[in-house]
Amino acid sequence: MKIGVFICHCGSNIAGTVDCAGVARRAAAYPDVVYSTDIMYACAEPGQDAVIAAVKEHGLTGVVVASCTPRMHEPTFRKAVERAGLNRYMFEMANIREHVSWIGKDMEANTNKAAELVRMAAAKLRLNRELKPKSFPVTKRLLVIGGGVAGIQAALDAAEAGLEVIMVEKQPTIGGKMAKLDKTFPTVDCSSCILGPRMVDVAQHPNITLYAYSELEEVSGYVGNFDVKIRKKATCVDWDKCTGCGLCTEKCPSKKSYDRFNEGVGPTTAIIIPFPQAIPKKASIERDYCRMFNQGKCGVCAKVCPTGAVDYAMQDEFVDVKVGGIVAATGYDLVDWTVYGEYGAGRYPDVVTSLQYERMLSASGPTGGHIKRPSDGKEPKNVVFVQCVASRDPSVGRPYCSGFCCMYTAKQAILTKDHIPDSQSYVFYMDIRSPGKGYDEFTRRVQEEYGAKYIRGRVSMIYPKGGKLLVRGADTLMGGQVEVEADLVVLAVGGEAAAGSPALAEKLRISYDGYGFFMEGHPKLKPVETNTAGVFLAGACQGLKDIPSSVAQGSAAAAKAIGLLSRNMLDSDPQIASVSVNRCVGCRKCIEVCPFKAIQEIDMRGLPKAEVIETVCQGCGLCNATCPQGAIQLSHFTDNQILAEVEALCRF
Amino acid sequence: MSVLEGKELRVVGFLCNWCSYGGADTAGVGRFTQPTDLRIIRVPCSGRINPLFVMKALVGGADGVLVSGCHPRDCHYAEGNYYARRRLEVLKGLLPVLGIDPRRFEYTWVSASEGQRWQHVVETFTAQIHALGPAQPFAGASRPADRHRPDAAAV
Amino acid sequence: MSRIDVGYFPGCSGLGTSMEYERSTRAVCRELGIGLREIPDWNCCGSTPAHSTDAALSAALASRVFAQGEKAGIGDMITPCPSCLKNLRAALEHLEDPLFSARVEALTERPLQMRHRIRSVLQVIIEDVGPAKIKARVRRSLKGLKVVPYYGCLMTRPEKLMRFDDPENPVALDRLLEALGAEVLAFPLKTDCCGGSFAIPARAVTPRLAGRILDMAGEAGADAVVVACPLCQMNLDLRQGQIRAGGVDRALPVPYFTQLMAYAFGLPEQEAAFRKLVQDIQPAFACMSRRAADIEAEEGKVAAAEAEKARKAAERAAKAAEKAAEKTGTKDAAADGAGKKSAAAKKPKGKADVDGGEA
Repeated sequence: MKIGVFICHCGSNIAGTVDCAGVARRAAAYPDVVYSTDIMYACAEPGQDAVIAAVKEHGLTGVVVASCTPRMHEPTFRKAVERAGLNRYMFEMANIREHVSWIGKDMEANTNKAAELVRMAAAKLRLNRELKPKSFPVTKRLLVIGGGVAGIQAALDAAEAGLEVIMVEKQPTIGGKMAKLDKTFPTVDCSSCILGPRMVDVAQHPNITLYAYSELEEVSGYVGNFDVKIRKKATCVDWDKCTGCGLCTEKCPSKKSYDRFNEGVGPTTAIIIPFPQAIPKKASIERDYCRMFNQGKCGVCAKVCPTGAVDYAMQDEFVDVKVGGIVAATGYDLVDWTVYGEYGAGRYPDVVTSLQYERMLSASGPTGGHIKRPSDGKEPKNVVFVQCVASRDPSVGRPYCSGFCCMYTAKQAILTKDHIPDSQSYVFYMDIRSPGKGYDEFTRRVQEEYGAKYIRGRVSMIYPKGGKLLVRGADTLMGGQVEVEADLVVLAVGGEAAAGSPALAEKLRISYDGYGFFMEGHPKLKPVETNTAGVFLAGACQGLKDIPSSVAQGSAAAAKAIGLLSRNMLDSDPQIASVSVNRCVGCRKCIEVCPFKAIQEIDMRGLPKAEVIETVCQGCGLCNATCPQGAIQLSHFTDNQILAEVEALCRF
Repeated sequence: MSVLEGKELRVVGFLCNWCSYGGADTAGVGRFTQPTDLRIIRVPCSGRINPLFVMKALVGGADGVLVSGCHPRDCHYAEGNYYARRRLEVLKGLLPVLGIDPRRFEYTWVSASEGQRWQHVVETFTAQIHALGPAQPFAGASRPADRHRPDAAAV
Repeated sequence: MSRIDVGYFPGCSGLGTSMEYERSTRAVCRELGIGLREIPDWNCCGSTPAHSTDAALSAALASRVFAQGEKAGIGDMITPCPSCLKNLRAALEHLEDPLFSARVEALTERPLQMRHRIRSVLQVIIEDVGPAKIKARVRRSLKGLKVVPYYGCLMTRPEKLMRFDDPENPVALDRLLEALGAEVLAFPLKTDCCGGSFAIPARAVTPRLAGRILDMAGEAGADAVVVACPLCQMNLDLRQGQIRAGGVDRALPVPYFTQLMAYAFGLPEQEAAFRKLVQDIQPAFACMSRRAADIEAEEGKVAAAEAEKARKAAERAAKAAEKAAEKTGTKDAAADGAGKKSAAAKKPKGKADVDGGEA
């Protein structure tokens, strides 16, 4: 074998703390290495051309590039060696940036470490074999999990491109958080006027099948061919019969149910249509509040329903579908702010969340768009907004900035003035974070034109006194304490990953961070992809973001999915297991451990043998480590290859 | 067998591609400074790791071996790390029988987002190995360089 | 009642400014079966000014207290003063650090051997005795007395150190006072600052902060502010003149919870020691008696009305039953009708009458 080694400087990223030329000199002495050089930017066009030229000039049969992490540029260089006429798997990478130059300053130690990593890569490369992918057919259908604005965007874009789309929404209606908003920043345009038509489009699009009040039960399979099981939760109303007339919701005698859509601002009935523009506009029963389920008698809704749609005995149903790709767009939830004892922990009715306030502002909300104090129904004059509640606060385990609260608080202060012209808003803030198009101008307008008083400091305590709330806090610009008498306090509560996110991530086999947000494939270059092929992310489930960013991600995820599913056939990854039938003794251990049921038993002239189903194998290598005979080997990560790496390291 | 005589010890890491290798990358991107002793071998899954790889490294002259995978429940391949956990736990129990200090081998779980945690793992493990000092060569063990390449069946 | 034996650390204020706390604590503990063994030759807990200048010196003082406890075989002790408690606890925690512990031992030359635990009198009464047993012990109910509980800053905080009740909205004292029969009013300033020892460096601060608390208590309609900390008590009680000068005119008595317990347990004045308070508590008790009488009268009326209602229902039931007995054959329906009209409890009686009539 003739190996060429290329040590990348990555500008000064690597060369700053690694003697790249020195590494190249040492590498020249490694077994089978016939050519070794250092190079300024291996990944750039001149770098790739240099690699290709060297392959041709020196007749190289394998290439080692020492640069960044293979998780970043392995595909890039594989393509380059392919263009040079080699098989793409006759290539190895040594990670001398993330694992060397960026984590240590000692030039001598770094150079030595880099050289050893190159030796390791070269030793493995000597045992590499040419691998060729097989192709398999793709199911041209996309699953979108979550019907918020990000999911809606992704679904519509994909459906417009001709893909069949399945949308699964946990709640009885799509629309997500945006449907709850009155207006949106920085244009102060009506949220439901923008979102409503998009929701209708989802309902009417011939390519979209909507499963509302449903959840993802199980996922198996792999990119191009996922098998998905959807749980349709029992609504106790036959949606084929329900016309959405709303008679049942008028007559329901259980009028004290928690109104989830309205964030508990005012009660609702046990049988509900969440809001007038709900999609689908169908009724469903909240069993926790229904008299039929709790007292065993009532049946009013069943009696009044003109189409006889109510069915108390309804059970959850399951639907199995095959899809080629999945977009997760599960959004976020508000943090449970009642951990703040100093803000009353929920004891004071006139301390509300921003989302509750949004429902009060909304003309279609429970107060008909009139701002009323929950305690006595009076119109507040002094409204205090407290920002960064459960954002940027390590003491409650939420050290991150939620990103959108500064802007929606400014918007709510403007709306407060619009609703109650003689009102005065106060905003306690830490920093105003408004980096968006027209955002900073917006936060200035609220102060300059609408007269909201911005106080830079945290609120230490909120307590009731004489029918009002006293808000005590610091004014760090003035260097003193302030106390504001408020009629209503609005907490700008931060967001967190939607409940159940980790469980969903585990079903989808994607990673999530310590807060439950899903991990993107690369923070910069793969913002909507995950490390699981065929699974994409959109919206706040990946990290909190506002509506424009969520929509942008929705489109981006759709574009990625369309790209994937536009192909009729996909190439399977050839880094899979294969069985040496001579060594296999038919013990079935590999069949037992395989998480993907990718190994089957075959009969070979009367002897049982294992056989790998190539398109199903995901290449984890569990079987390889299990086989007592070493008969089943994971291509590109064979025992010999890994041991060659161990040996290359432990030789000296 | 120490490299950079007196400065470094030989520490070999086996990291799964999806979580821990990514975590080590995240640590690098975050410029979380770490000791330079560790050399990382990338494997698809911690379940791919045959305990004998660890043994080969220790017998071959490594002063410490670190294995890291995805957190239990969060395996990219659904359950590979559960198998890894069982195998590696048994291995750890077996090491003293073989005359190897079990502290020379650790396994841990680090996700791709936990750069800081990875830094901590590397720092603690390297410090642990330095506290133990260089491993004593095995009496009668052939020098790896002298041996013919071990074939798969022998593993 | 099972006996509890604990070491007892009175703290310096118990000998001076909070003598009434000290005296009533001993009396109440005796009544509740909590045996107090005073730490022999105890000394300062290490609180101000030691802890603000030298952590090791402060811990050394605390450490000697524990060493003295060990001499008497005491590893579990209680103290009425939250400030002593905080300081003794903090010392125990810091002594876990071997380096710090070595510094302290160099000063005390008495390394600690036992595992020590220190809790507040309030915590032991509420957790080890409990409201039910306290209620059972009440001889003179505080019915009619409107109180607000004031915990001060230290009783529940720092949260990690005190590990007692809710740090922002504690309820231990509320439960205890309810058990004594008092009406506990909602009080949002339960853990607000009383001004602490600011009276020394910045005199104006304390009356302002203490005034805020009294003002809120007055607004809530309280007859008394019940406290558990000697310094809070002093700021709220002794400084009412200064507070009045600052514009807040709320003359409220500020008793310790143990004093009210002693009163409720029917103990003599010398043990309740109300006379030691600056603000007289008697007007509060007078209010209480008046209100209690009103409440009783009201309750009497309600009870009478209930009885009248029950009597009428019974009458109706009896009449219905008679009617039913007259028209044999429809008696079941009549009985049902009677049952529906009268209270549910009366139903069997109505039935019995019917049966009797039949016989």
